Amino acid sequence: MRWTWFHRLASPPYLYALAARLTPWFAWPAALLILGGLYAGLVLAPPDYQQGEGFRIIYVHVPSAWMSLMVYVTMGVAAAVGLIWRMKVAHAVAASCAPIGASFTVAALVTGSLWGKPMWGTYWVWDPRLTSELILLFLYLGFMGLRAGFDDTQRADRSAALLAIVGMVNVPIIHYSVIWWNSLHQGPSVMRLGKPTMPPAMLVPLLVLLLGFTLFFAAVLLVRVRAEILQRERAARWIGETLRA
Amino acid sequence: MSAFLDMGGYAAFVWPAYLVTLAVLVLNIIWARKSLARALQAARRRTAAAGEDS
Amino acid sequence: MTPRQRRLGLVIGIVVGVSIAGTLALSAFRQNVTFFFDPSQVAGGQVPVGERFRLGGMVTKGTVQRAPGSLEVRFVVTDFAHDVPVSYSGVLPDLFREGAGVVAQGHLRADGTFVADEVLAKHDEKYMPPAVAKSLKIRHGEARSDPGS
Repeated sequence: MRWTWFHRLASPPYLYALAARLTPWFAWPAALLILGGLYAGLVLAPPDYQQGEGFRIIYVHVPSAWMSLMVYVTMGVAAAVGLIWRMKVAHAVAASCAPIGASFTVAALVTGSLWGKPMWGTYWVWDPRLTSELILLFLYLGFMGLRAGFDDTQRADRSAALLAIVGMVNVPIIHYSVIWWNSLHQGPSVMRLGKPTMPPAMLVPLLVLLLGFTLFFAAVLLVRVRAEILQRERAARWIGETLRA
Repeated sequence: MSAFLDMGGYAAFVWPAYLVTLAVLVLNIIWARKSLARALQAARRRTAAAGEDS
Repeated sequence: MTPRQRRLGLVIGIVVGVSIAGTLALSAFRQNVTFFFDPSQVAGGQVPVGERFRLGGMVTKGTVQRAPGSLEVRFVVTDFAHDVPVSYSGVLPDLFREGAGVVAQGHLRADGTFVADEVLAKHDEKYMPPAVAKSLKIRHGEARSDPGS
């Protein structure tokens, strides 16, 4: 097996330059897909036969919820790689994920609450799905708080990484909560075995938004990783050389 | 147009939901760029100081 | 064993350990994380009279009665094995429908009526445009009466 690409990624100057070069390739498609997807969701998609126009909240709620989980998995994997291979840049990636994931978890909770009020009849219930998603927010906040609690970057990295890895257990719980338990939240419509439970006119804008949000995450992550690398490598000589170039 | 804004009576829920998500998207861009700008500024200050010393 | 392999083992060990602990805890608490009880559990006497709990099931078709001039509503919740009559006074959510899922919070009166102080609607994961729903209705002769979820 050829691991050279992996070892090259572990080099801060290489990753810094690569991140700078790749950012626009994610950012512009993300902008196009998100703007197009939101327009399609608000205007082109038909209303639902039960929920009418209120159904359109799905186009911001589901992508936000997807982000909250996908960013957490990225963070957990990066933390594990950092811990096992003692790779500093992997910890930088994990640290960069946390604020992004936390913000989209808030978006998922708020949009879900705004959807729940008219349809279910309540902003909030202590239902397995809602509760496990709230725990996800606390995991993100705990990760960031733990990092902030250490002056030593290396110790902060290792402790926070352990928390991120342990918290990974919550990810399948969130996804399967609606299947395992009696829940007020309905089952999955897209991320399920078999066909999605909506026609293409409703599904396509949602898929466009899911892709757009994912690319958005990549772009924001790359910018944050650069900032994180600059800060961690402040004593390194390559920074001065890169900035002068 | 007003029918569109009314969202079939769900305007009070649909528009805040879109607004919150849009705000999260925009804030993520602003925060990320700000943290990079801050890190670049600090790094430039350090390299400038190092240059004066030598 | 190199230090890296030891750390890999440690991380895998943590994930496996926490997953096992989590699975055990969840299966042990399975009963306690029940968000609602269904009419069969109520009929089976698993819920004490007078205590507050949530009742979940389908609203039986043709049983919704509204008292004119008030918010008083009566309907029957079923799981197709047992029925529980429910009385409620308040605003119903938009997705409250006959034949659709509902979760009510309240207590059981001695006469077997569930007195709800909160009624929430549970919907299924299916979405479709109104025109499609209408043509489906015509083709099947009846509105979707299947429980859905």
